[in-house]
Amino acid sequence: METYLFDLAAASAGNEEDIQMAYPADYKYTKEHEWLKVDGNTGTIGITDHAQNSLGDIVFVELPKVGTEITAGQTFGSVESVKAVSDLYAPVSGTVTEVNDALNTTPEDVNKDAHAAWLIKVTLKDPSEAGKLLSAEDYEKFAGEEGGH
Amino acid sequence: MSQEAESTSAIRKTALNAAHRQLGAKMVDFSGWDMPVEYPKFGGLMKEHVAVRNGVGIFDVSHMGDIRLHGPQALAAVQHIAMNDASKLAVGQCQYSALLYPEGTFVDDVIVHKMADDDYLLVINAGTREKDVNWVTENTKGFDCQVEHLSDAFTQIAIQGPKGAATLQKLTDADLSKVKFYWFTYGAVCGLPNTLIARTGYTAEDGFEIYVPSDEATSARVWREVLTAGEEFGAIPCGLGARNTLRLEGALSLYGHEISESINVWEAHLDRFVKMDKGEFIGRAALEKANADGVKRTLAGLESIERGIPRDGYKVTDLACREIGYVTSGSYAPFLKKNIALAYVPPDFAALDTELTVECRSLNVKCKVVPIPFYKRLKKQA
Repeated sequence: METYLFDLAAASAGNEEDIQMAYPADYKYTKEHEWLKVDGNTGTIGITDHAQNSLGDIVFVELPKVGTEITAGQTFGSVESVKAVSDLYAPVSGTVTEVNDALNTTPEDVNKDAHAAWLIKVTLKDPSEAGKLLSAEDYEKFAGEEGGH
Repeated sequence: MSQEAESTSAIRKTALNAAHRQLGAKMVDFSGWDMPVEYPKFGGLMKEHVAVRNGVGIFDVSHMGDIRLHGPQALAAVQHIAMNDASKLAVGQCQYSALLYPEGTFVDDVIVHKMADDDYLLVINAGTREKDVNWVTENTKGFDCQVEHLSDAFTQIAIQGPKGAATLQKLTDADLSKVKFYWFTYGAVCGLPNTLIARTGYTAEDGFEIYVPSDEATSARVWREVLTAGEEFGAIPCGLGARNTLRLEGALSLYGHEISESINVWEAHLDRFVKMDKGEFIGRAALEKANADGVKRTLAGLESIERGIPRDGYKVTDLACREIGYVTSGSYAPFLKKNIALAYVPPDFAALDTELTVECRSLNVKCKVVPIPFYKRLKKQA
């Protein structure tokens, strides 16, 4: 994730959180700290607890409109905390079918429960793409080693 | 934040570094200093910001530097290097001032403390420490006064907010009700005699800054005792993140942003702190000329009227998308709950309610010019 103003990698280094939110085993994860939940042909996308924790108080989300095509690995929006801007990268390709507009007024929901506060839902273009993403176990290990992003 | 990082030296730590890590602070490199940006375990930046507006917040600001000028011509030296009129100060009084280049632009902004008739203390920015010390030493050579660099001698702790006085009063024998804003006194603090206690800060709030010996044990003990004393008023440790948003709401300048070596006093709206009639000082001639020529850009306060956060370095355009300026500092404002920014724009675009656009990455966010400071505290009796 692109960061701004403060170096979040440096910010997180050496600061192990006491309480680590569990990473749902039925989600898939990216190295850019997004999660994907697949239900049939629908993918729900959010950012991980590690990401919200690194960002701090989230005050703004910029999300695509319904109907937008997103492409795996490409940016589809951004999340901003008071001190940082972070791009969002699509875990998979697809067409946006729903946007969590509630986050326009209560972006702090992402801080409260990042794995419940979804950002967008998409119709998957190629369901096999999800197979390339990290498992919860692998992501947790990755995030722990990286210490930030 | 400040662009003046000391790239040549290793990262520096204040005497409270271990204390911050113990409190679970997120640490960042700020101008070459390993400093806490926020303390997530105490609720993080937004809670810290609001604590200072409504109660009290405690900051380690030991990265700030200190230069002492003392000797028979100390006042003349200060008058020569700093733009405000230090002859107006009484012993025990402080003033906001700045060191200027001959071009009328900024070496740094400083707080001048008059310790005695022949003794002045300048509190300077972290990122400009060495530059300032060299500048002051070089430019006061002709004066009968000593220049001492005391930055490493002090741990500087800021106790900021409407409950700052009540917090600190529990730890000192000095009568803080007698110390007016921008004055200072000496007293025992946490048992440390003759501690400098200044009613100053960088939060647009009432508050104090104390200067204690910089050894780790003493610093950590004072830090803990201050936090404990403030507990009943909701005191929490506060990082540089909240310090930045607090000063932005108060439209207080940050070196490398609103003021720099390429911005002059008139542009930065610091007219009230420059005293052109006090006699010669470095930068005066250039300022006189700049004033006669008129400014081409001026600092304006902006508020988003569409969704989006204007941030440092973003371009400002007019409604026809012509680039007219740039944002020096911008953020979500945690107390005002608005997206605000300071920006340099041509004077023609600085009138209140003028609509402008800030290019916030992929969004063009419409903003309007609003009065600065964005936030002004209600003055209460001490």
